Amino acid sequence: MGAIRLEKVKKSFGTLDVIPGVDLDINDGEFVVFVGPSGCGKSTLLRLIAGLEDVTDGKILIDGTDVANEAPAKRGLSMVFQSYALYPHMTVYNNIAFGLKMAGESKDVIDQKVQSAAKILNLTDYLERRPGALSGGQRQRVAIGRAIVRNPAAFLFDEPLSNLDAALRVNMRLEITGLHQELKTTMIYVTHDQVEAMTMADKIVVLQAGRVEQVGKPMDLYNNPANKFVAGFIGSPKMNFLGGELAAKHNCHEIGIRPEHLTVSTESGVIAATVKIAEHLGAETYLHVEADGLGPMTVRATGEMPLGEHDKIFLTPEQDRIHRFDAHGLALGPS
Amino acid sequence: MENKQSPLGYISFSIFAWIVGLLIFFPIFWMVLTSFKTELEAVSIPPSFISFDWTLENYAEVQERSNYFKFAMNSIILAVGSTLVGLVFAVTCAWAMAFNPTKRTKDALLWMLSTKMMPPVGVLVPIYLVFRDWGLLDTRFGLIMVLFLINLPIMVWMLYTYFKEIPTDILEAARMDGATLPKEIIFVLLPMAVPGIASTMLLNVILAWNEAFWTLNLTTSDAAPLTAFIASYSSPEGLFWAKLSAASTLAVAPILVIGWFSQKQLVRGLTFGAVK
Ligand SMILES: Nc1ncnc2c1ncn2[C@@H]1O[C@H](COP(=O)(O)OP(=O)(O)OP(=O)(O)O)[C@@H](O)[C@H]1O
Ligand SMILES: [Mg+2]
Repeated sequence: MGAIRLEKVKKSFGTLDVIPGVDLDINDGEFVVFVGPSGCGKSTLLRLIAGLEDVTDGKILIDGTDVANEAPAKRGLSMVFQSYALYPHMTVYNNIAFGLKMAGESKDVIDQKVQSAAKILNLTDYLERRPGALSGGQRQRVAIGRAIVRNPAAFLFDEPLSNLDAALRVNMRLEITGLHQELKTTMIYVTHDQVEAMTMADKIVVLQAGRVEQVGKPMDLYNNPANKFVAGFIGSPKMNFLGGELAAKHNCHEIGIRPEHLTVSTESGVIAATVKIAEHLGAETYLHVEADGLGPMTVRATGEMPLGEHDKIFLTPEQDRIHRFDAHGLALGPS
Repeated sequence: MENKQSPLGYISFSIFAWIVGLLIFFPIFWMVLTSFKTELEAVSIPPSFISFDWTLENYAEVQERSNYFKFAMNSIILAVGSTLVGLVFAVTCAWAMAFNPTKRTKDALLWMLSTKMMPPVGVLVPIYLVFRDWGLLDTRFGLIMVLFLINLPIMVWMLYTYFKEIPTDILEAARMDGATLPKEIIFVLLPMAVPGIASTMLLNVILAWNEAFWTLNLTTSDAAPLTAFIASYSSPEGLFWAKLSAASTLAVAPILVIGWFSQKQLVRGLTFGAVK
């Protein structure tokens, strides 16, 4: 029970229309990720669902009931903040128990729920500590513990891992995915991180300037982006966009080729280019090149490549991996 | 970090600071000294420093002539009462301003503070008349109201700067956890703001304790605090320096002691927003 539906949701701050109108369907149990450039309204949309901001217009339906004018607590949602937002003056136990206390649960029920959440999250040894005496990862776990004891209809995460170091981030990512598989509760997750979005999501929502650009499964967005924006946003390094004759040959305004869909040769190919910078990562090599008559491009080649500055190379796109766009940036089907 | 200041500069700054400190402290020191002299020695020229007959007779006489404890009790009730009433209003007011600001919040704050720049005597007549007509003259209740209102802008301002430092996220987390507004304030905001609230209360107690304009003008005996106690020694019986000094020492002693013990807290509170 955690189906969420947004109908023409609008949000303005004064004269600034941050969300001009969003329609979105989130099914029960789904893991939905909001991505988009900084300032596009991801947090705002999440906070509207949470009830921390009032909608300017539109409906927010949770399991069919419009909650747009309900207080946050009445919506039965839990939120995990980027800053953790733990209560610094309370022990870990009381942090996790706070929501249950507010709901007027009995001491026994609270204790049982806190202990079981602590067990899931490996916090049993830290229950009497204050948040100040915990590491970043432990704090994040407390924040998640606080969210799960309330048994919410859905979890809302706003960039929960961005304050953690890279190694810990991978761990917590797996933990959250594991948690989702175990609880099967709806989760809405805001992130900047491509990898998080691609690996965790059942469904990705790409936002730009408060508008939904595309909604779909991660691999759908990767393989069939609806427009240039989504094509450029999903995938790293970014897709190459090429105009001119090459595009004309494909009967469109512009074509897009992902860096990983270009084959490199030193002898022959479709596009001649000069290497500017070669980044050797071991398992793969990123080549930043200047293509003759086409401008800068990025190539991602597997394995080691003995190439460096000024080397001449030839690139050949995989034919069935070429994306075509019209003058408005909308994707055209395969040619 | 290394201290780049030259020893010479350091020493001259220290000397300067000591001079300022002594200048500020000297009148209090002189008052206390005078309170142990006889009336004759108190006015003798040149003044005697240590070599006089130390006496407690001023204190005995002061206590005999007027009931110190009655005045002190009024001072405590007025200072603590106005602070507690003020806190209820200031906390709610500062909460709104810090966490739900509008475009005009800054203006409202400045306007509140600007009322402190007006000389109180400007509103003496209207307030006096209101007090007279409502039977509030010489009542503790009336004075608590006046003291609370004149110090409210400062309390709001101090709490506002304190609350500004508290991350909104934490209050929002409480809201998500189902805390109602009063619970959010009592269980989450206030415990986090304890140092700020403590220093606000302290400063307010001190301001209310020392307030002399309204306490003198609106009381005669029943609600009169220590300020009136001091004043009663200056005019009607001519100037008795030694007794006046004894009375003043008695009046300022409690607040000096409180201030001394809480100065760390107070300095921290007053400089909060500024550092960080
Ligand atoms: N309280 C507010 N008042 C005015 N404008 C706001 C307010 N909150 C957000 N905005 C504006 O709304 C826009 C969207 O902000 P939001 O925080 O939702 O972006 P975001 O997508 O979460 O960005 P980021 O990835 O940097 O977190 C921004 O332009 C921001 O300046
Ligand atoms: Mg954000």
